[in-house]
Amino acid sequence: MSSAEGTPASAILSAHRISKSFGDIPVLFSVDFDVKPGEVHAIIGENGAGKSTLIKILSGIEEPTSGSISLDGQTVVLPPNGAAEALGIVLIHQEQNLAEHLTVADSIFLGRELKIFGFLDVREMRKRARAVMETLHVYVDPDARISTLSVADKQMVEIAKAISRDARVLIMDEPTAVLSVGETETLFEQIRRLTDRGVAVIFISHKLDEIMQLAARVTVLRDGQLIATVGTEALTPDSIAQMMVGRELSNLFPPKIEPDVDAPVVLGVRNLVAKGVKDISFDLRRGEILGFAGLIGSGRTAVAEAVVGLHHLNGGEITLDGKPVNFTRVAQSVDAGLAYMTKDRKGKGLLLNMGLRPNLTLLTLQKHLKAGFLDTASETRALERAVRRFDIRARDASVAVGRLSGGNQQKLMLGKTMESEPDIIIMDEPTRGIDVGTKQQIYHIIAALAAEGKSIIVISSEMQEVIGLAHRVVVMREGRLAGMLEGAEITESEIMRYAAGIKQSEHNERINA
Amino acid sequence: MPDAMAKPARAFRIDFKTAGPLVALALLVLLGITLNENFLSYNNLTNVLARSSFIGIIAIGATFVITSGGLDLSVGSMAAVIAGVMIMVMNWLIPSMGIGWGVVLAGMLAGVLLGGVAGTFNGLMITRGRIEAFIVTLGTMGIFRSLVTFLANGGTLSLNFEVADVYRPVYYDGLLGVPYPIIVFALVAIGGEIVMRRTAFGRHCAAIGSNEQVARYSSINVDNVRLLTYILQGTLVAVAVLLYVPRLGSASSTTGVLWELEAIAGVIIGGTTLKGGYGRVWGTVVGVVILGLIGNILNLQSLISPYLNGAFQGVIIILAVLLQRGSRNS
Repeated sequence: MSSAEGTPASAILSAHRISKSFGDIPVLFSVDFDVKPGEVHAIIGENGAGKSTLIKILSGIEEPTSGSISLDGQTVVLPPNGAAEALGIVLIHQEQNLAEHLTVADSIFLGRELKIFGFLDVREMRKRARAVMETLHVYVDPDARISTLSVADKQMVEIAKAISRDARVLIMDEPTAVLSVGETETLFEQIRRLTDRGVAVIFISHKLDEIMQLAARVTVLRDGQLIATVGTEALTPDSIAQMMVGRELSNLFPPKIEPDVDAPVVLGVRNLVAKGVKDISFDLRRGEILGFAGLIGSGRTAVAEAVVGLHHLNGGEITLDGKPVNFTRVAQSVDAGLAYMTKDRKGKGLLLNMGLRPNLTLLTLQKHLKAGFLDTASETRALERAVRRFDIRARDASVAVGRLSGGNQQKLMLGKTMESEPDIIIMDEPTRGIDVGTKQQIYHIIAALAAEGKSIIVISSEMQEVIGLAHRVVVMREGRLAGMLEGAEITESEIMRYAAGIKQSEHNERINA
Repeated sequence: MPDAMAKPARAFRIDFKTAGPLVALALLVLLGITLNENFLSYNNLTNVLARSSFIGIIAIGATFVITSGGLDLSVGSMAAVIAGVMIMVMNWLIPSMGIGWGVVLAGMLAGVLLGGVAGTFNGLMITRGRIEAFIVTLGTMGIFRSLVTFLANGGTLSLNFEVADVYRPVYYDGLLGVPYPIIVFALVAIGGEIVMRRTAFGRHCAAIGSNEQVARYSSINVDNVRLLTYILQGTLVAVAVLLYVPRLGSASSTTGVLWELEAIAGVIIGGTTLKGGYGRVWGTVVGVVILGLIGNILNLQSLISPYLNGAFQGVIIILAVLLQRGSRNS
C-alpha cells in the first residue's frame, strides 16, 4: 500500500492547495486531494465542511480561487458547465439530474445523441444503452420512462450514462442517501466492477460503515480544512467520526428510558389497508419510541401517510386514546394531536423560496391570528423559541430556507412539526442526509420528547438509528408487518432477517388475538 | 464574521428588488412632466387612473390567482359577458321597476352574482376536475366571448338611455374630486394588500404557489384555497364591470378584448412571480399604472407614434422580468 499522500505520477486527477471563497466567505483552505485509477476515495465531513465545493471544483463546475488541478500529471484548467465530462470526469449529483419524461436510452445519450443523416438513430441508441446496462448487470428496459423507475434504478441509469461517456473519474455525491440496504449493496457491486476496470471513484457519504466497506482511502474535511487523508484499514468508524467533528462522539444515542409498563396505548392501528399497505396492526404507548424498519418501498411511509389522513383508508381501524378515528384531511389529525414529519423535506416539508418564519408557522397559522389577521410579532416570537429550542442556525430569518444546510432545514422542519404541540409524532427519516453532529442533536431531542410523555414513531432506513433509539421495532415487508422486535431482539441481523423475508412473524396473529 | 459583511449587501439587494417598479414609475412620471406640461394636470391624471382602474381591479384578483400558481385567461371575455348580461337585465327590468336606482342596483347584483358563478366554474373545473388552469380558462375564454356575441346577436347590447343617465355618475362623478373608479380601485388595492400580507388565506396562496405538496402536507386545504382565488377573481372582474358599464353604456363582442393579457402584464411588472409562490398587490397596482402611463405619455407627445403603445408595453414587461431575475441572482 502506498503512502497516504499518493504519488502524483500514479494519480489520474489531483488537486494541489485548492482554496475557494464565495464572495468574502472562504469555504476551502488549501486542500490537497488525489485519486488513482481503480481506487475508491471517500470524502467525509459534516455539512458545510466543504465536500460539495471540493467535488464541484474537481469536476470543473466551480473554479478554484487559488491552487491547481492536474489530470494525468498535467496541470489543467477544467472547462466549466460539465464540459469536463469530455475529459472523462463525470459528477453524479446528489439530486438526480434525469428528465422524468425521457426514456432510459434517451437519458443515456442526452446531449450527444447518435444520428444518421441528421436524424436520431433511435435503434442504435437503444442497442448501445442495453449493452451498457448489461455490462453493469442492470436489467432495465431502455424504452422505460425515467419516471417509472425506482430511485435505485435511476441511479443505475446515471451510472450507465457516466460509463457510456467513458468516465475515468466518477464522482458521486451521497449516492446511497436514498437507497435501501439491498440497493446499496447492488450499487457497491457496480462500483467495484468499475474500479476493476480502472475507473477512479470519488465518493461522498455520511454513512461511516459504507465508507469502511468500500473506500481504500478517506479524506476528512472540517470547516473547509483538510484534516487528514488516511488509508481505510487504519481507521475505525469511531476515529473517522472523531476526526469529522473534532470531538469525542461518546454518546451518539442518549440512554433509553423505558416507558412505564402500564403506559396507555395512545395510537392503535388494526388491519390497516391503504395505498401501499396490505395489512398492518400495531400499538404505540405513551412515552414510547417505536421504530419502523424495512426496505425502501416496504410501506412504512405509506402507513404513516394513511394514519394522518394523507391517503384514503381502504380498510382497518385506527384508534386514538381508544377512540376510533378516521382522518380524511391532515388538518384533522393535526388538531387531534398527531403530527407527521415527512422524509422529503425539500419536496414536501419546506417552502424553499421562503424565509424561516412562514415555514415554521405554515402548519399552525391559526395560532397566530388576531381578529382574523396574522400577527407577525407572535410568529416572530415562535421562531425565536424554535431557534433556541432546536438550535437552528441561519444567517438571519429572512434567508430563503433552500439556502440552509440540510441539518438546519431538518431542525426547522422539526420545529414546524412541534409547533402544533402534538402528543404523537411520526418522524420519517428524521436524519436523512445530515451530519453526525446534527444527528446527535436530533436523537437527543427525540429521546427528550419521549421522556416528556410524547409518543414517537421513527421510520428510518438507518438501522443503527432504529436500534439506538427505539424501545420496540416494527419491521415491514411488502406492505405488511414482518416482525415486531423488543429489547435484546433489536439487532441488525434480526431486523434484516425480517426485512428480507427470511423470517416471518406470528406477531400479526398474536396482536389480533 | 461573514454575518456582519453579508447583511448590508443583502439589504441593498432586497431594496432594489422591491423598489424596482416604483423606480420605473417615478422615471415615467418624470418623463411625462418633461414632455408635456399638461401631464400633471388634474384632468390628465384622473383620466389615466380612472381608465387604469378596470384593469387594475381585475389584476388584483389575478395577483391572487397567479401567486397560488394558477392563471385565469378568461377575465376579458368574462368582463364582456358580465357587461352584456347586466345591460340585458337592466333593460328587461325597466317595464316592471321603472327608471331609477332600483334597476341599476339589480343590474349590479346580477353582475356580481354572474362574476362569482363564472369564477366558481373556473375554480371547480381546475380543482375538482383536475384540469390545468391554462386549459380551463382558455376554454371559458372562448365560451364567454362567444356567449356575449350570441347575446348581442353579433352586434351591440346598449343600455336604455334613461337608465344610462341614472348610472352615469358611477363612472364620471366622484368624492372630493376623486372619481369613483379610482376610489374603488384604491379600496380594492388596500383590501387586497391586507388580505395577501396579513391573512392566512394570503399566506396559503403563496405556500401553494411555492410548492403544492408542502402545502398539502402542512394541512392546508389546497383545493379550497385555489377555488377561492378564482371566485375572488370572478367577483373582482364583476366589480370592474360595474364601473365600466356606465362609461360606455354598451357591450359587444369586442368589449374587454386582451384585458386578460394587460392584467397579467400588470401583475408581472409589479414583481409577482408568474409561476407562483410570491405575490404583492401594491406591486400590481404600480404595474397597472405604469402600463396606463405609457399609453398616456405616447398620446401627449408628437415624436413617437402612439400606435407603438403595445410595443412599449411589451418592452417594459420583458425588462421588468429581466431586472427581477438579475437582482435575485446577485
